[in-house]
Amino acid sequence: MTALAAPAPTQTVEHPDVLRRWRAGPLAIAGLVAAFYALGFVVHDYWFNAILIPFLIMALAGLGLNLLTGYAGQASLGTGAFMSVGAFATYNVLLRLPDLPLPVSLVIGGLFGALAGVIFGLPSLRIKGFYLTASTLAAQFFLPWLFNQYGWFSNYTTSGSISAPKLVFLGADLSTPLGRYLLTLTSVVILTWLAWNLVTSQVGRNWMAIRDMDTAAAVAGIPIAFNKLASFAISSFIIAIAGALWAFAYLGTVDARSFDLDRSFTVLFIIIIGGMGSIAGAFIGSAFVILVPILISNVSANLFAGAIDAGQSENLQKILFGALIVYFLIKEPNGLYALLLRARRRLALWPLKS
Amino acid sequence: MSSRLKKALRGLAFAALALAAVPSVFSAAAEEAKQQYFPLATFRVGAYASSGIPVWAGEIDYFRYINEVEGGINGVKLFWDECETEWEVEKGVECYERVKAGKDGSPVPIFLPHGDPISKALTEKTVADKIPQITIAYGRTESIDGRVFPYSFPVLFSFWSEASSVINHIAEIEGGKEKLKGLKIATVYHDSPYGKETQVPLDFLAKTYGFENIQIPVPHPGNEQSAQWAKIRQLKPDYVFLRGWGVMTPVAIKTAAKTGFPVDHIIGGIWSGSEEDVRPAGAVGKGYKAVTPFPAGADFEILKKLKANIVDKGLSDLKDPKSFGSVYYNSGVIEAIISVEAIRKAQSKFGNRPVTGEEAQWGLENLKLDEARLKEIGADGLVQPLELSIKDHEGGGAGKILQWDGEKWNIVSNGWVRSDRELLLPLIYERAAAYAKEKGITPRPDVSN
Repeated sequence: MTALAAPAPTQTVEHPDVLRRWRAGPLAIAGLVAAFYALGFVVHDYWFNAILIPFLIMALAGLGLNLLTGYAGQASLGTGAFMSVGAFATYNVLLRLPDLPLPVSLVIGGLFGALAGVIFGLPSLRIKGFYLTASTLAAQFFLPWLFNQYGWFSNYTTSGSISAPKLVFLGADLSTPLGRYLLTLTSVVILTWLAWNLVTSQVGRNWMAIRDMDTAAAVAGIPIAFNKLASFAISSFIIAIAGALWAFAYLGTVDARSFDLDRSFTVLFIIIIGGMGSIAGAFIGSAFVILVPILISNVSANLFAGAIDAGQSENLQKILFGALIVYFLIKEPNGLYALLLRARRRLALWPLKS
Repeated sequence: MSSRLKKALRGLAFAALALAAVPSVFSAAAEEAKQQYFPLATFRVGAYASSGIPVWAGEIDYFRYINEVEGGINGVKLFWDECETEWEVEKGVECYERVKAGKDGSPVPIFLPHGDPISKALTEKTVADKIPQITIAYGRTESIDGRVFPYSFPVLFSFWSEASSVINHIAEIEGGKEKLKGLKIATVYHDSPYGKETQVPLDFLAKTYGFENIQIPVPHPGNEQSAQWAKIRQLKPDYVFLRGWGVMTPVAIKTAAKTGFPVDHIIGGIWSGSEEDVRPAGAVGKGYKAVTPFPAGADFEILKKLKANIVDKGLSDLKDPKSFGSVYYNSGVIEAIISVEAIRKAQSKFGNRPVTGEEAQWGLENLKLDEARLKEIGADGLVQPLELSIKDHEGGGAGKILQWDGEKWNIVSNGWVRSDRELLLPLIYERAAAYAKEKGITPRPDVSN
């Protein structure tokens, strides 16, 4: 939480360095993206539905929050709520305007998320830090209540849950695991590319200036109010699309409960563990938070099944996961991404002592 | 250098662990399996663990009984493993994906999601994989219509049946359905999709029978309810139907007692009707009633057999012997009985071997548990007579009324209190048809095969 209140100055120092390095490797990134696409044609249902799709979607949500918190310095606990806006808005667009192509519906869902972000971002013009966090909690309580209270949002189903109408794009059925994976991956690639261009542009530099000291930024002529609201809008846009994908590409059916405060915390932990203020951090953090518990659970299921009491084993897994988080944050308080960069620097000099 | 070597070794060890963890995708269908795999999605940690633990105990004890005493289902023994969901939807989906391919050559006959959001997320996945999911007393109500939801089985008692049974119980007390006219019945509900689920049927029944339908929401988690019960004091309803969840139930009972509302005029719903719900309310809970498809008690024939063959021999999964015969323990036994009987039915058509999900779906849709069969199992009085079909995945629709005597639950209704299913089913079919239209599903024809 200290990182929330006052982002560590080391991040700013590290930044130009990071940028240069990644610019040098567009080929590596293209290779990574291609590998993810290729992966779609070799793996099994389990990998799509249980591992790859949730990993990518939570990374996208983490990316959205990282723009807001890591780059623009505005702390938020409303992530779950903005995800629910995306899910419910996209659902209603798909339902009521069935002629629109799927990507357009997703973008409209995202725009509603952006609108919600701007509205709940208004307090950021007057308050900062923990106080702002508390005010974004309002979104977290209000929006799921709204969707639960008024049946119109869920088309008056008795259970209040929403379920994706058929996912079709250009005649291709995207309801299969592979189709849903490709939809998710493509959305993530496009949005990550946009976010990347954003943070390396004037806008991104403005945001970082505001994050590091908003008074100084104002003196330097950066329009504070506009930039803060823009960061809320763009961050919520991405988060809302993540929410829509969570609802329709991952789970299939959700209700407002799926986007509770726990979801907001999970996304916040993703960027704290992965690395605040870095694009890759969202992906690494998501990999850690989503995949490590699954890995631990699979290991214990395969190695210790029957040997340990089932309830005890579950509790031990929780302890192990918690211990891993503590260990990594002690090793590198700036997140796993910083740890990775350090490892890279060492490897570059490897045979020689660093 | 040696520390670097150590690091490398450590890395190798991690990699080996990771490899061991990859689910064995290619081992399926290796050989003809002799035993039936039955995966269990459980929650032994997390917020609801305390209510879940007796459920798995009931299920596992019944499976052990089938294996040890009856030698399996027609000679096919069951084996199972657990996957932790924490009642969370992502973990539940992960578990389902992990187990759905079967194990050691045995396919998965039935999946029990044990969690409302999990079951909803699996609605379509189970259709694609042809694995039926049984959701007793949770899940989508409209999935009763098997023409639209071929692989969802909300067996026994939907929320709509729950509401209707409570109204019929009130009618019994008052001396007939015509006496319902003019009564005031307030529903105090958990303000969530689950809590709102009974609004439509109650509205409909109020119009049919002429009682006044009052709806009072309690926001989650419901640990402060003075305002709601003050309102009740002012409106003076004749009965309160309490549809709580978690801490909301004991707080409601305590607050009712404080405001002077007679506790024996409160009738709890399924998820307000366990020992864990009423015990925390203390002495004032005496007289509180609840409707349930899971009658509590240890003197049903099958529970005596479980006690003699499993619990007394130290084979039970139950850590706390006090829970034997509790609502949750019995719910596990009931769920296991229905699953086992569905597999048995499927075997009668497809042969005495481990059955697939598709075969178990046939077994479920042709399942018939009449009084005679229930007596054979030793479950008469515990499980209601049940007959499923393509058009009706619920089958029963009746509950028993329990009353808390300060120590334990006693059954106070005269047998099973039936719901007005014939009135409600057309409404449910309408909703299922709307869902089919929204999703572009062509309903299956209603022909048994």
